Amino acid sequence: MLTVNRYKCGYCGACVGVCPAGALELVETWIEVNDDCTRCGRCAKICPLGALELIKEAKA
Amino acid sequence: MRCDLVVVGAGPAGSMTAKAAAEAGLKVVMLEKRQEIGDPVRCAEGVSKASLKKLVNPDPSWISAEVKGARIRAPDGTEIVISEDRAGAEVGYVLERKVFDRALAQKAAEAGAKVMVKTRALGLLWDEGVPAGVTAQFVGERFRIEAPLVIGADGVESKVGRWAGIDTALKPKDIETCAQFLVQDEKIDDDYCEFYLGNDTAPGGYVWSFPKGRGIANVGIGVLGSKSDPGMPMRLLREFMKARFPDGKVLEVVVGGVPVSGPIERTVADGVILVGDAARQSDPITGGGIINAMDAGVMAGEIAADLVPKGEVDSGSLQVYEKRWRETIGKHISRNFAIKEFFVDLTDDDLNHLVHSLDGIDVAELNLRGLLKVLIRQNPKHLLKLRHLIV
Repeated sequence: MLTVNRYKCGYCGACVGVCPAGALELVETWIEVNDDCTRCGRCAKICPLGALELIKEAKA
Repeated sequence: MRCDLVVVGAGPAGSMTAKAAAEAGLKVVMLEKRQEIGDPVRCAEGVSKASLKKLVNPDPSWISAEVKGARIRAPDGTEIVISEDRAGAEVGYVLERKVFDRALAQKAAEAGAKVMVKTRALGLLWDEGVPAGVTAQFVGERFRIEAPLVIGADGVESKVGRWAGIDTALKPKDIETCAQFLVQDEKIDDDYCEFYLGNDTAPGGYVWSFPKGRGIANVGIGVLGSKSDPGMPMRLLREFMKARFPDGKVLEVVVGGVPVSGPIERTVADGVILVGDAARQSDPITGGGIINAMDAGVMAGEIAADLVPKGEVDSGSLQVYEKRWRETIGKHISRNFAIKEFFVDLTDDDLNHLVHSLDGIDVAELNLRGLLKVLIRQNPKHLLKLRHLIV
């Protein structure tokens, strides 16, 4: 899943601009991620602060 | 609530749109999701004096500093100097965006637009398959704003276009990911903007230093998204600071993404127009976006004032906006996009070679376009691919 480290995030919205699925939104000072996220990783790659991270989910 | 036009976003694009439309008699509502217009800043704040003056009469309170020119530094340290008015649209004033953005919103308000802050657009209203306004939220409370036309001036993170079916998603190669410090250091030159090139310094981008007067400057970096990795801009900026301004004090941190895609396929849909960064109208070479955004805002506001009263807001009727901005801003940014595509893959040797080739040339007589012309003349083989773009 995609995690946003709020302590790193500078709420600039660059990640929202590159999201091909429209899964991200910048609400004032935080990023919201919805279920449309395809875990493509574009947002993490371009985040100027490295606040976004794709974490592999453990298989149940 | 009902009006003629909803403008989403109160940056320079939105405020100029709202102002132009309200002056022409439309009932305009402009929404800004933030509590404060203009803050936090996501900009290096450089703007051409002449271009700004064409659009608005600048108030001294908006301007942090005026610069005499620009220095461009090659990876090996070689430097060329370009005087004022000759470095393209980005050298001239260094603005105080927090003051500037709110002043433009105030102008829109004075023209009659209703400005609503801390008010976020949540989605489009639809009437029989056609956009008919927006739903919005103010301090947690939802409400509807009915309007025949919605103008998305909602920046790099634009949602309005996506809601209307316009694909505005930027590929990593079409965004510069940026970090910037407001730096206080006695080494800062108050008179010159500086640009540092190099694949180690800023892959597919550059480092800038834009003076804001009295020994402070916006020192920032843009890295091409496709050449970046998580957190790279901040990491490289700190390395640059260590090397260039080891004693510099950081008074502010700024981050942001700048579209460098060139013109996107479409910027209108039924009942919807996009302007500014939302329409990806920023300059792919310099990253400057203020002037193009304001220009497009005026176009969109005037066109809205003409078409809304006639009820002609379908995507066919709105082509007049597409045509108008593509013939002006569009031509410029598509050319600069092609040049950017070439420049981002140059090696440091290439960049050094190009800067050396300007040795002894009177660069003071040149603008950005002229500078490229001279570069092509001096390096005909090397820059063969660019020839058709510049002549």
